[in-house]
Amino acid sequence: MFQNIGEMVLLFWRTLLALPLTWRQRGKVYEQFFEIGNASLLMVCVLSFFLGGVIALQTGPVLVERGLHNAVGGLVGIAMAKELAPIMMAILIAGRIGSAMAAEIGSMQVYQEIDALRTMNINPIHYLVLPRLVAIAVALPMLVIFSVLVGWLGGAVVAEVTGQIDISFRSFFEAMKDVVDLDDVLNGVFKSFCFAWIVGVVACHQGLVTRGGPRGIGRSVTKAVVNSIVLIIMFDYVLTRILLK
Amino acid sequence: MSETTNNHHGVSVQVRGLSRRFGNHEVLKDIALEVKPGEIFVIMGPSGSGKSVLLRHIIGLETPNSGEILINGESVHSENLASKYRMAMVFQSGALLNSLTVGENVALYLTEHRLKPPAEIRRIVAAKLETVGLKDTEAKFPSELSGGMKKRVAIARALVIEPQLILYDEPTSELDPISSIVIGQEILKLNQRTGVTSLVVSHDRDLAFGIAQRIAVIHEGEIVALGAPEEVRQSPHPVIREFLNADFKREPIKS
Repeated sequence: MFQNIGEMVLLFWRTLLALPLTWRQRGKVYEQFFEIGNASLLMVCVLSFFLGGVIALQTGPVLVERGLHNAVGGLVGIAMAKELAPIMMAILIAGRIGSAMAAEIGSMQVYQEIDALRTMNINPIHYLVLPRLVAIAVALPMLVIFSVLVGWLGGAVVAEVTGQIDISFRSFFEAMKDVVDLDDVLNGVFKSFCFAWIVGVVACHQGLVTRGGPRGIGRSVTKAVVNSIVLIIMFDYVLTRILLK
Repeated sequence: MSETTNNHHGVSVQVRGLSRRFGNHEVLKDIALEVKPGEIFVIMGPSGSGKSVLLRHIIGLETPNSGEILINGESVHSENLASKYRMAMVFQSGALLNSLTVGENVALYLTEHRLKPPAEIRRIVAAKLETVGLKDTEAKFPSELSGGMKKRVAIARALVIEPQLILYDEPTSELDPISSIVIGQEILKLNQRTGVTSLVVSHDRDLAFGIAQRIAVIHEGEIVALGAPEEVRQSPHPVIREFLNADFKREPIKS
């Protein structure tokens, strides 16, 4: 385990050192960025709408019963912006994109494509890891902003159409405006930026250390997703602690 | 990478006291050999004898437990070796990047190192593919090619580098006899045209004796014979005798 952590830290550091080369790899960054966005946007939309809706549904009747109509919008707003959108999107991306990254790099490792790159003096970190990490570090925060907006919309719709809550669209957002400010959204976006690096580094590392054919690739994919989710949740606590006012 | 050295002549390779073990299994035992610049040197031996592992050490993909590999007198693991000498390897499987087209695979070295403008790269790629008999296959993906075609694309990819040292790992495995001859001729032609040092790992006896200037026979991680093809052919070593004389004989089924 400690060897894996050490290797991941090293991979992260080497990728940071390679960041000035991002412009040279912009074609691949764009390709990966499109892949992440295209593969996830609809899913993000559906997931976020229902997430926002379910928070409104769970908390709305209880708060309204106690005369706290104004708290529903704020609660949905804060929950989506600071916690649910960043963590759920990171988990979604770990499952959809992290697994694909580990599988692709893992299969390149197993079928000697990465060895072929090395013999051509092409650094696999520059060629494979850098574009993926840069793309995910840009795409995930953007998806989170999108998720926050759709989640708020979901909460507002559910609050309006549910008889036990019965808060109008306008009242929902006005109440939210009083509680949620830009810092709350930026807080979530920053968290998602950190989670993006975690998913990218874990997935690329698992791909690069893949051994043993198709079964090894499968093992790497599973490890990439599971390890990413565990690390996301651990770091979520740490980051929340640090960002707590 | 290659802009620093415009030398088209081959480089020398020295392997000194090379040993490598994986767990308890010693795959290479105190290997020593020297390949002269421009030479075609074949490493022959049965499957599992350590030939491919030796090749991976020579290109710097593996680190030995002991011993050293020198390219023109410099360690293969030295920092700036890759920028001084152009080296290429043709993998047994071809190791083409499956997500890229044939053209992109062949152009990879030039595009990644930005050595030529795109139009010039397209021209070079077309020329190299024509050299290996694969004209107009730029747009195909590796998955659309046969095993032999993949190998020839891998050779074209190596040719683009204009290497001073080229390593071939089982270049004729999985190929029909005609394709094997074509590949053998390509290795010879490239050597004659550019003076590249060629190290070929193979268990194909016809190829080895057809193209080699010198042959090393490796068995269970040790070199058991080294010399000109005729010397190796005359060797009385039992492993070599068995390897060279092995032939399929149909035996009657006993009822």
